[in-house]
Amino acid sequence: MNDRIRQLREQSLKAVPMVSLERARLLTEFYRNGISEKVSIPVARALAFKYMMENKDICINEGELIVGERGPLAKATPTYPEICTHTLGDFEILDKREKVSFKVADADRAFQKENIIPFWSGRSIRDRVFESVDQAWIDAYEAGIFTEFQEQRAPGHTVLDDKIYKKGFLDFKQDIKRSLENLDFYTDPGAMHKREQLKAMDIAADAIILYAKRHADKLKKLAKSETNTARKNEMILMAEICEWVPAHAPRNFHEALQYYWFVHLGVITELNTWDSFNPGRLDRHLLPFYRKGIEDSTLTEESARELLQSFWIKFNNQPAPPKVGVTAEESNTYTDFCLINLGGVNEQGENAVNEMTYMILDVIEEMRLLQPSSMVQISKKNPDQLIKRALKIIKTGYGQPSLFNTDAIVQELIRQGKSVVDARNGGASGCVETGAFGKESYILTGYFNLPKVLEITLNNGVDPRTGRQIGIKTGDPTKFQSFDELYAAYEKQLGHFIDIKIKGNVIIERLWAEYLPTPFLSILIDDCIVNGKDYNDGGARYNTSYIQGVGLGSITDSLNGIRYNVFERPKYSMHELLEALKANFIGYESLQEALLYETPKYGNDDDYADPTARRVFESYFRMVDGRPNTKGGHFRINMLPTTCHVYFGRVIGALPDGRPACQPLSEGISPVQGADCKGPTAVLKSAAKIDHIRTGGTLLNQKFTPQVLGDDDGITKLAHLIRAYFTMDGHHIQFNVVDAATLREAQKHPERYRDLIVRVAGYSDYFIDLGIDLQNEIIKRTEQSLS
Amino acid sequence: MNNSSSEIKGLIFDIKKYAIHDGPGIRTTVFLKGCPLDCWWCHNPEGRSDTNEIFKRHIDIADGGKRIKEEKVGRLISVAELMKELKKDTVFYDQSGGGITFSGGEPMQQIGFLEAALSACKNENLITAVDTCGYAPIKDFERIYPLTDIFLYDIKLMDDGLHQKYTGVSNQQIFDNLAFLAGQGDKINLRIPLIPGITDTAENLEAIVRFISAYKNIKHISLLPYNRLNEDKTKRFALPDRMGKLQAQSEESLKGKAAFFEKHGYIVKVGG
Repeated sequence: MNDRIRQLREQSLKAVPMVSLERARLLTEFYRNGISEKVSIPVARALAFKYMMENKDICINEGELIVGERGPLAKATPTYPEICTHTLGDFEILDKREKVSFKVADADRAFQKENIIPFWSGRSIRDRVFESVDQAWIDAYEAGIFTEFQEQRAPGHTVLDDKIYKKGFLDFKQDIKRSLENLDFYTDPGAMHKREQLKAMDIAADAIILYAKRHADKLKKLAKSETNTARKNEMILMAEICEWVPAHAPRNFHEALQYYWFVHLGVITELNTWDSFNPGRLDRHLLPFYRKGIEDSTLTEESARELLQSFWIKFNNQPAPPKVGVTAEESNTYTDFCLINLGGVNEQGENAVNEMTYMILDVIEEMRLLQPSSMVQISKKNPDQLIKRALKIIKTGYGQPSLFNTDAIVQELIRQGKSVVDARNGGASGCVETGAFGKESYILTGYFNLPKVLEITLNNGVDPRTGRQIGIKTGDPTKFQSFDELYAAYEKQLGHFIDIKIKGNVIIERLWAEYLPTPFLSILIDDCIVNGKDYNDGGARYNTSYIQGVGLGSITDSLNGIRYNVFERPKYSMHELLEALKANFIGYESLQEALLYETPKYGNDDDYADPTARRVFESYFRMVDGRPNTKGGHFRINMLPTTCHVYFGRVIGALPDGRPACQPLSEGISPVQGADCKGPTAVLKSAAKIDHIRTGGTLLNQKFTPQVLGDDDGITKLAHLIRAYFTMDGHHIQFNVVDAATLREAQKHPERYRDLIVRVAGYSDYFIDLGIDLQNEIIKRTEQSLS
Repeated sequence: MNNSSSEIKGLIFDIKKYAIHDGPGIRTTVFLKGCPLDCWWCHNPEGRSDTNEIFKRHIDIADGGKRIKEEKVGRLISVAELMKELKKDTVFYDQSGGGITFSGGEPMQQIGFLEAALSACKNENLITAVDTCGYAPIKDFERIYPLTDIFLYDIKLMDDGLHQKYTGVSNQQIFDNLAFLAGQGDKINLRIPLIPGITDTAENLEAIVRFISAYKNIKHISLLPYNRLNEDKTKRFALPDRMGKLQAQSEESLKGKAAFFEKHGYIVKVGG
């Protein structure tokens, strides 16, 4: 990287994440001025968005080539009081907590207290959510049966397709106009509602053009006083770019990147969408601009690289909005899950790997930033060279990019009813979630704690942590005559809690649709404009609601622990087992050992253990998949944890897999930490026994020590390992390439390992920013080293 | 394979999957128990004896503590049972051009079981490798030659006196068998363990080159650097330590040795 990029990267790394009340202040000013009461809710939301874009500080950092920050400074992170109104206590926690903290200025605390809290308290979505759900939901939520994504972040999970590279916002305004003209007030009873949504979208389009124009103005002003001629000319050029995009379609590489960046800022300023928006198939989108630039000599390889690096830094300047409570537990990270997709196939199904793919991989390797995340889609049509290039980056211990199976993703999307073309243009985002880019609202609604349901089943509906009856009475387990009887009770209990979760989701989806429409995002996702419908209200072509299952390995091993030791060989009675769990195995060490070491475990390609994983998966799938949501789409499942397996583990006592109370659960579809002892091929075989094609994504974590990838031969063999997993329809695999000694050293001397990035679960994070539990767990995850 | 040969049982002490240093591609290595040699630097001491043994082993338990557990090393397995396990990884062999490696101990010690297992692998079209010290009757090599795709064949010391000192046996039989195999075809991948000061001397390596230059079918050489696994296992299995503390070779020294063999026209790999 050149000096400019090195400086920008340093600036970004040094910037301290802090809370900025700019957005909250502008939003509150707008809602206090009375206009919002005279217009419809969507129009008010659009006007509020426009007010923010008109009045936000414009930040131009020294030397940068792509401009625009969400806050007044890099890493100055806004709050969204209409979604979650932080209390002063929340601010104190954010400021003081050891991990993922945000500095809060004293003046801001006072402002929050005097201006923000009084206005938004009771009106925020978070308050509305907790008022609208019923007691059964609250009980299950507090017990840690499930989490709720939409209680303090917006249901925004989506990724952009190629539309912005072909159309400017003036073109989108034309589309909106046409849609308005086509409204049929004579036969369509929804016409009025649609008109308001479309008017709102039109206002939001103006807002983003205006926001870019303000950057152009500021750049021109700065250029006047700039003494360095080279920088002065750059500023003049950048001002011209900001005058052109996003009003018009981009004409070159630089404009394409700047355009996307304005759109990105628009989306993440309008709402705090989860997961963050991202450009998706970036290597495909940029290729035409790159080739044209090289051809007409307006671009060189070096200048393209510099622009990309500059673009990368912008992502790193935007930490995920500050999270509190359970939401912070389930996803405690600065990462906002912008997962750039590379490779895969084009819409004809052909190999889409191109020179941009490799250039972007170079950028990823060189930048080594926390954000954006990156992944490589690997289709059977892509060359091995792509996997090997990716593995060479992974080998450096950075945890990126992660590896995805395009052919599985396409099948998953088609099974859900997407067209072949939309499926091929899709990919994975967030951690591992499958989506039809630019055309789908695919909302993660919350994690679901499968082992907790088993624990409650073993206590006949009572949560042993609180002694409260929150489940249904499925019978005294000591009376069960067979494993199948126990399993039937578990299934009944599972159905009970899934019903509670789905009922909650149906309510929460409506709250968002009604109170917080998202007109700017709606412009970007097909077919909101054509349908005259908001993204949060089913305007997208496809609308999916996910519930993410957590702890597959833990529940599989727990069920097998009971099946093997109580019902089949039988060595212990159910009563003894339950007593041992209650005692957290104290005084029951030999029973614990039988559970830990004598019982067949998931992750070893074991024909006794693995069918239970499939059984658990099928029950979960059957109870969720295909149920209608309120947006014309369906509920689906995927299997990923972010950091939720740590939180979920903390609310569960000892489990019949031998795990003591409060320890983390297994994550994703990975085996229980340390339970796999037959190497990676066995793990992959076990993991492939569940049907990935009927999910919207699974997460498999493997840790390798650097030696495994030592030479080209090691990399080739690992590439074959990945290909084999993908042949079996595996969805995703990721690698941590570090040794345990290094990690222990990092625990002792965090100051020396500030740059140590590890793969956590679907994303990478700074090791020293992780909580001690998670740190320990990562150390423990079986190292597939070659002794 | 007929029923009687699938019932033949062998004594093994491990089945290691994703073995990537024992031949081409992703392999599963089967470790057979029993070895006629007594190498000072043995990396698999638990494979030496041809009976089951009880070892004390330190294991980690979930709460972070340690516990000592008695562990039986060695189990009898029928060819049919073994094949069931080996076939589990077929998707990985197919993808990578890998297969099955029989190692030990010394797999030739259980020739009946080895032959039956190799034959069963061939019925499944699996690529087979035999990792051998070469110390076995020549007729045994004749038996398995058609069933084996690759011989990972160890050469340790050219000087017979030293060979007897450090391995307990003469090297004559080993050289005779090598001559036989090299006369049959080009299935040999020669493996030379580089034990500092013992096998890695310039004199020994030069003697090896002089000896093998007669066999045009020998083209591939793997140099196996000394590692400290021996030290760990010696401790774990409470075995007499004859090696003391040896430093592993430096990268540079390994490169030099690889270059030496390359200069003589061999295709050299450091590591398996």
